[in-house]
Amino acid sequence: MARNITIREAIREAFDQEMERDPTVILMGEDIVGGTGSPGEDDAWGGAMGIYKGLFGKYGNRLLDTPLSESAFIGAAIGAATCGMRPVAELMFIDFLGVCFDQIYNQAAKFRYMFGGKAETPVVIRTMYGAGISAASQHSQTLTPIFTHIPGIKVVCPSTPYDAKGLMIQSIRDNDPVIFCEHKNTYSIVGDVPEELYTIPFAEANIVHEGDDVTIVSYGLMAHRAVEAAKQLAKDGVECEVIDLRTLSPIDMETVIESVENTGKLVVVDEANPRCSIASDISATVAQQAFKALKAPIEMVTSPHTPVPFSPDLEKFYIPSTEKIINSVQKTLSN
Amino acid sequence: MNDNPVPLSRDELLRAYRMMKTIREFEERVHVEFATGDLPGFVHLYAGEEASGAGIMMNLRKDDNISSTHRGHGHCIAKGVEVKGMVAELYGRSNGTCHGKGGSMHIADLDMGMMGANGILGAGAPLACGAALASKYKKDGSVGVSFLGDGASNAGNFLESLNLAAVWEIPAIFVVENNGYAQSTSRDYAVAVDSYVDRASGFGMPGVTVDGTDFFAVHEAAGEMINRARKGGGPSLLECNMIRFYGHFEGDAQTYRGLGEVEEIRKNRDCLKKFIQQVTHAEALTHSDLDGIDQEISVLINEAFDEAQNAPRPTEADLLTDVYISY
Repeated sequence: MARNITIREAIREAFDQEMERDPTVILMGEDIVGGTGSPGEDDAWGGAMGIYKGLFGKYGNRLLDTPLSESAFIGAAIGAATCGMRPVAELMFIDFLGVCFDQIYNQAAKFRYMFGGKAETPVVIRTMYGAGISAASQHSQTLTPIFTHIPGIKVVCPSTPYDAKGLMIQSIRDNDPVIFCEHKNTYSIVGDVPEELYTIPFAEANIVHEGDDVTIVSYGLMAHRAVEAAKQLAKDGVECEVIDLRTLSPIDMETVIESVENTGKLVVVDEANPRCSIASDISATVAQQAFKALKAPIEMVTSPHTPVPFSPDLEKFYIPSTEKIINSVQKTLSN
Repeated sequence: MNDNPVPLSRDELLRAYRMMKTIREFEERVHVEFATGDLPGFVHLYAGEEASGAGIMMNLRKDDNISSTHRGHGHCIAKGVEVKGMVAELYGRSNGTCHGKGGSMHIADLDMGMMGANGILGAGAPLACGAALASKYKKDGSVGVSFLGDGASNAGNFLESLNLAAVWEIPAIFVVENNGYAQSTSRDYAVAVDSYVDRASGFGMPGVTVDGTDFFAVHEAAGEMINRARKGGGPSLLECNMIRFYGHFEGDAQTYRGLGEVEEIRKNRDCLKKFIQQVTHAEALTHSDLDGIDQEISVLINEAFDEAQNAPRPTEADLLTDVYISY
């Protein structure tokens, strides 16, 4: 039976049910229990976003607080994954992954290939991305394209509670390394989520708004902005097809191409910086594979090529807005 | 200290000798073949350091896991990775240990508990912690051993791992194979402490320094650490002071070394000569025992190189396989 719950609750439920089902699932990260070794209560924090709250009482030492040693504990999660465990390691902010990037892109990503197909590294690294809370340049980036660039790792980016639960369970069960990216302004989004366990396959985009005039492709928080834009445009009689990619590596280009072949117009919305981004990748692929279907130049709505600013005023200009998406859609129509 | 100078059974001594000698012959042959230009990439030879790998690996079980270094051939052989597959891997052939996709610096055989040579210095330390952590959950008494050199001992990966292992009380052993040089930079210049025992104690774990050219010294010290870890006694650090016969990589002119240094160590600090002297002096093994093994190894190495040089090359289709399990 489905209930209305938040993304926060959906991810916690995914952990709870998978840990109950599979004893090899362990969770680790900074403050994911919170209070280990401290004089106050155990399970004080349950992670910086409270995702894990309550799990320590049920699963004890299968949740591990870590020292602030990102290379060591992300590497240990990767090593444990090659030795029969299914670790989920949290690194609070995607910005921090630079600290331990070697373990991700030279180690986990390479094992399968470099070892001749003999390694299985079922590790999930979950992390928070995105701007919107004045956390400034080192806590606000959308670094998803950095990870999609690397063969050997998968990149997942849910936008709804239903997707968050199903994709997290799929990520835990997947035998390749997965970077699970959650936008920090999506945790309180509410939606229908079945109580039972279910998975969502990777590389299956979701058409979240139907239309024949313009295709809008996005993911994560920006998928919500794209739907908002589509709803406003519908009032003026412009019907947009909004595609929420859900996973960025692998990526469902078939659904995108099929839609562009129908609409002939494409707007890609990506909170990441524009150079070598998900937006530029989709634009290039569509230009290569569906050039003849295009009736207007492809539009990209992204953040500018700048770091994320601190000031709320500047940050508002930085993040792709519904208004900018609408303008871009109208631009494709004016051609 | 054990009063018996060679406190292993005859079978164990024969096994240890075979391990060390196989590594030596393997590396000497790689040295020769690399000079012909037929071996691609770069190789880092373990010759002269065999007593360390063998002394530690003789204490390990198949289900113990090790993470190795860029100088990993010796660790692979000692951990039981098949020699013929390794040679084919060095040649980049499709029947190599990693189907020609890893090469010298990335040979791994997870079925043998060999988590990989590693091109990134210090990167194996967190991975060995992961193996040790898995062991703690599985309660199987296995250990994770991280090998690294004196150069990598200054890497954050390693230093973070020492603390993590101590905090989590996991069965991890860190082996610093101190051969005196990080590429060309001397250990005395680049490491602020005189002894790695000090570094171990700084991270709250026991540390021991041994003569890494003495198989029996390594074997005994490692044995104590490994047994303690198996019983839940937590991590330790072992420093093996040792030497390398060759340069950092094949082709290294080694002008940073002292005049006559290599000749001197080959003459007076050869761990294999020392082992032979110890076991024959104690009359635990005879020269004829060793000669028999030498002949078998010679045949194995010759066959391995002959077969590898004639082994099938990977095809273009192989380029695209094994990036993911499913994608």
